[in-house]
Amino acid sequence: MGVALTRSAQWTAAGHGTRNLEITPLNEAILKEIIIFVESFIYKHPQEANYVFVEPLEWQTKLDPSAFGSGYAVSETTVKSEEVDKNGEPLLFLSVPQIKIRSFGQLSRLLFIAKNTKLKEAQACIEANRNPITKILGLDYNVINEINEDSTLLTILDKITKDEDPESETKVKIALLLKQLDLHLLNHSLRHISLEIRLNPRTVKNDIELLKKFSGKGEQTVLESIDYTSDYEFSNGCRAPPWRQMQGEICYVLVKPHDVEILCLTCSNEGVFLNGGKTDDEGEINYERKGEIYKDLVTLLKEKSAVFSENMSKQEVRFSEEQQKEKDQLNEVPKEEEAAALHKASNASHRSNLEKNQINLGKNQMTKRLEPSLNWKTTVDAKEKRRLQRDNLEEKRGGRLEKPRPSILPGRAQLIRRSIEKAEEVISESSSESEEDEEPPDHRQEANADLPSEYWQIQKLVKYLKGGNQTATVIALCSMKDFNLAQETCQLAIRDVGGLEVLINLLETDEVKCQIGSLKILKEISHNPQIRRNIVDLGGLPIMVNILDSPHKSLKCLAAETIANVAKFRRARQAVRRHGGITKLVALLDCGQNLPEPAYLSLYETRDVEVARCGALALWSCSKSYANKEAIRKAGGIPLLARLLKTSHQDMLIPVVGTLQECASEENYRAAIKAERIIENLVKNLNSENEQLQEHCAMAIYQCAEDEETRDLVRLHGGLKPLASLLNNTDNKERLAAVTGAIWKCSISKENVIKFREYKAIETLVGLLTDQPEEVLVNVVGALGECCQEHENRVIVRRCGGIQPLVNLLVGINQALLVNVTKAVGACAVEPESMMIIDRLDGVRLLWSLLKNPHADVKASAAWALCPCIQNAKDAGEMVRSFVGGLELVVNLLKSDNKEVLASVCAAITNIAKDEENLAVITDHGVVPLLSKLANTNNDKLRRHLAEAISRCCMWGRNRVAFGEHKAVAPLVRYLKSSDTNVHRATAQALYQLSENADNCITMHENGAVKLLLDMVGSPDQDLQEAAAGCISNIRRLALATEKARYT
Amino acid sequence: MNSVCLGKDTALTLGRSQQLSVALMGVNLTMDACRRPGAAVCKLTCAELKLGIKDGLNACCYICIFSFTVNKFEVKCLISLFYNLVGDVTERQGVVVGLDRNAFRNILHVTFGMTDDMIMDRVFRGFDKDNDGCVSVSEWVYGLSVFLRGTLEEKMKYCFEVFDLNGDGFISKEEMVHMLKNSLLKQPSEEDPDEGIKDLVEITLKKMDHDHDGKLSFPDYEAAVREEALLLEAFGPCLPDPKSQKEFEAQVFKDPNEFGEV
Repeated sequence: MGVALTRSAQWTAAGHGTRNLEITPLNEAILKEIIIFVESFIYKHPQEANYVFVEPLEWQTKLDPSAFGSGYAVSETTVKSEEVDKNGEPLLFLSVPQIKIRSFGQLSRLLFIAKNTKLKEAQACIEANRNPITKILGLDYNVINEINEDSTLLTILDKITKDEDPESETKVKIALLLKQLDLHLLNHSLRHISLEIRLNPRTVKNDIELLKKFSGKGEQTVLESIDYTSDYEFSNGCRAPPWRQMQGEICYVLVKPHDVEILCLTCSNEGVFLNGGKTDDEGEINYERKGEIYKDLVTLLKEKSAVFSENMSKQEVRFSEEQQKEKDQLNEVPKEEEAAALHKASNASHRSNLEKNQINLGKNQMTKRLEPSLNWKTTVDAKEKRRLQRDNLEEKRGGRLEKPRPSILPGRAQLIRRSIEKAEEVISESSSESEEDEEPPDHRQEANADLPSEYWQIQKLVKYLKGGNQTATVIALCSMKDFNLAQETCQLAIRDVGGLEVLINLLETDEVKCQIGSLKILKEISHNPQIRRNIVDLGGLPIMVNILDSPHKSLKCLAAETIANVAKFRRARQAVRRHGGITKLVALLDCGQNLPEPAYLSLYETRDVEVARCGALALWSCSKSYANKEAIRKAGGIPLLARLLKTSHQDMLIPVVGTLQECASEENYRAAIKAERIIENLVKNLNSENEQLQEHCAMAIYQCAEDEETRDLVRLHGGLKPLASLLNNTDNKERLAAVTGAIWKCSISKENVIKFREYKAIETLVGLLTDQPEEVLVNVVGALGECCQEHENRVIVRRCGGIQPLVNLLVGINQALLVNVTKAVGACAVEPESMMIIDRLDGVRLLWSLLKNPHADVKASAAWALCPCIQNAKDAGEMVRSFVGGLELVVNLLKSDNKEVLASVCAAITNIAKDEENLAVITDHGVVPLLSKLANTNNDKLRRHLAEAISRCCMWGRNRVAFGEHKAVAPLVRYLKSSDTNVHRATAQALYQLSENADNCITMHENGAVKLLLDMVGSPDQDLQEAAAGCISNIRRLALATEKARYT
Repeated sequence: MNSVCLGKDTALTLGRSQQLSVALMGVNLTMDACRRPGAAVCKLTCAELKLGIKDGLNACCYICIFSFTVNKFEVKCLISLFYNLVGDVTERQGVVVGLDRNAFRNILHVTFGMTDDMIMDRVFRGFDKDNDGCVSVSEWVYGLSVFLRGTLEEKMKYCFEVFDLNGDGFISKEEMVHMLKNSLLKQPSEEDPDEGIKDLVEITLKKMDHDHDGKLSFPDYEAAVREEALLLEAFGPCLPDPKSQKEFEAQVFKDPNEFGEV
């Protein structure tokens, strides 16, 4: 029964841990058969029933001790059988809820006691004892079973002749009985499987369409009418509302046959049945099933309507008659085809096994669209399909000669695959990866179109793989490995001749050699993106994930390496995670702990290092998904990675650092990296000889250095010097990009900038401003932007001629680059001398035109950069006016809804408004109402710059009055309650300007400005003091004037 | 004691004749060997030498011990297993010490899961060094030491002997065809059922016959196996598969002390 249980029974795909039997008709049937067997055991084989099991069968029972009667010693929570073994141990022992049984006799009795809950008990027993035969007969019997099923009988006979004692004779008898049961169960389940036929939206639709064509008024038609209840068809072909689709329902039809009343039917993938009919109000359908399930529409209608059945057969007769007429009338042809199809529809039971599979998949696709969490269902079905093939394969390996089952046609397989793929695309994963490789067009080699000779050779080898025993398979695998598997022709040839399916099937056998050989090939061909997808579609990943548990190190390594290759795209990474691969991969890292230095390694330890390396490699691939990063962290991967990082095995360090680098994009990783003191080792490895390792270390530092403390750590561990010196080697662009990135992030800290200046990094960076790829430029310019915050560095940049290339970069289109360039140019513009150069190179115009850039970041950054330019340019007013339409552009940017853009534009306006003429122009463009509109904001940065802009704009004409009219004053007063002194200062200055107008003073007074301003007068900030005092004095003066007016 | 159980990687690779002389020269040489890796076993073997004389075991066991493949404890276990098995046989047949062909094949089949009759026959011949038709205790221990603890070299040598059916030092095409004849599923559609086998042999030769003389010499075979370890048992499983080996070891090498505690 072992075979039947592991292969036929449908276990839930709960992954590891205890798995449960799914509640399906098939499982129920198997359980029932087992129960019958056990129940009758005590009568049929009384002697064997007394045999004591090697190990007890143990499970959690639901039975109450009180249920046990005579023959048992019953207490409140325990039951002991009076039947005991040689040592006086009871054969049944129940200690609620755990039960232990050690003989068939007791098992039989228990089932009698269980009465109604027999099925439940049997299920619990089987679930808890996954390998009952071993427990009953001992390990050696099971071993025989697994090694070679066919020879079991033989071995058993051998045993009989060899062992003399009566117990082993009983054992053998029981083994034979169990074997018989096993065969019986297998046959039984096979019968069951062949009965299962499911409908899918397409077949239902075809049936209905056909019946429609044959419906209408008149005697000849089969039905009066047939109609859907809903006109809307979902993209999966269903018409049932989504919550009913979950139940597998496809659509509802109203059928009016000639002889009976309207039937309201539900078509579901289980079959067709009568439902509760349309309820009168609102046309709702009562979804309850009211009748038997029929296998399809035609069968149901035949049963319900005599006329339908009669006319249907007439149609069929007519069809055959027409066939005899030999299609003499052209207009008859379509009708004839219809009849043929109708004929087909009525013979739905002749569907091939294959189609059935497809239908199942179709159904999954449907349900999946609605419920992403049902995702695992596909794998279950796909697994089932594969299992059929594998069984076939395993049989062959057992040496039995049988005709192989015809393999699925490539076209079909592809179709199925596509449908899965589509379904899976619908489910979007919340993952951070952006570098997702594009789904490449799935091009297949045209049949017979100049196929290379390799194609035919590979086809032959695949034939031997399919039809050979273990020895032949290994030879074929080794030979296949000799092809140039890096070549796409060979990769695709293996796939196109059905080799992938076989290779993946081989992974599921127990043959280590076949598994190794298969993985060696898969590892190579999975470099091809199409093959990767095919492997995932064929369900290869879960199997490889399982292999990670294997005790064979080389097998583990190969599996991990293949996973590393396959998990290059999102769906694959998701699959690895869903099947518990991340935990297993993290566990691989544990192999390589406490290792000596490479020179002292023994062969044995070398393999441990290899295992860890492969694990890290696979994790590296997987770590590109956000969810996987989390999974790695939760599985305890960070401390392991940190420990591996301390070793000096270069091959291993690269994937380890690579993984860390990917993961460091997450905040909690950065914290963990700090905690595990990883930075120190990253810095150490920057000094390594290996360029790739240097690159990934630099990249990891780049990711981690977002954080101030980390930047300090890099400096303290002496990481800045190697970074600076790596700048001099510009051949390896990837590494250069990573190094410049690290320098950029590190230079956010002032102390680091001083170090970089010491190492002459700034000069080198300026040298890198030309002839470098964009990825490098972004980082170089970013670093310069940070460095130029300091006077000395600005001088260095100017002296080295860095301004010209920077300004030249302003014409680019790369968003990240533009943000950094504008920032750097802005930083340089603080220096009047540099500003002259920028002005001469027309840099301000370029900056100004970037205000039109579609990206908000670029706009904001450009506007910020304009501020120092306008401040430091000679004759700035004239320069600004020279940009045609420039002022209007700036004012209109105040309509943006990005806070950063608004703040930067306000700052720019503050600077522009310093020139009276320009102020007049922007006033004409309506700057006052636009600024007033922004007043109700909570963003302190925007508040500050807005207040500054308002105070500047007050200087013109009747702008003060206008701000009052546009209700800007009251919100400004509230700014004084902010916690930011910069906001206070700017606001006080604005209020001071506004208080020159009497109406504004009144508004301020009404809004309680005086008290707030009085507090500000006590501020240590002089400007703030002054402005606050000025404002109060204006308000006070107005009050005095009013009083005076009243009394005179 | 089990800690001495060495993997094949650390086992020393001495030639057989060398080992014999080591055994004869006794303690001095073993002390010399102590300076090499695997010293732990050497010490044990000194003790074993004395112990062995006491137990009256024959010299062949020492060879096994000196080859550092199976340790003292394991040898003991194997020997006692042998006598258990022989005991069964003698009772029935009345033949003296040794496993005959059928008994041995039965063991191969039951314990190591081998199925191919011809290969099992060849394995028997591989074990039965003196060709007397039965496996003596020394042949048993020696053979199993290759089975369980053999280095790649030992295993290659052993496998080649198994595959070289006529013992002429070459695996010829005919021998290959003979060994592979059951390896492919017969497909009724094919005119010549042996076509596939012949093709398979060609593929194998292409892969393994480095000097292109149409047959495999030991150097050919050795080079191919070193390149691709999977080809060790290229013409049929003649070594225990890892799983049954593990189970066998678990069963046979049970530490009596540990067992007592249970």
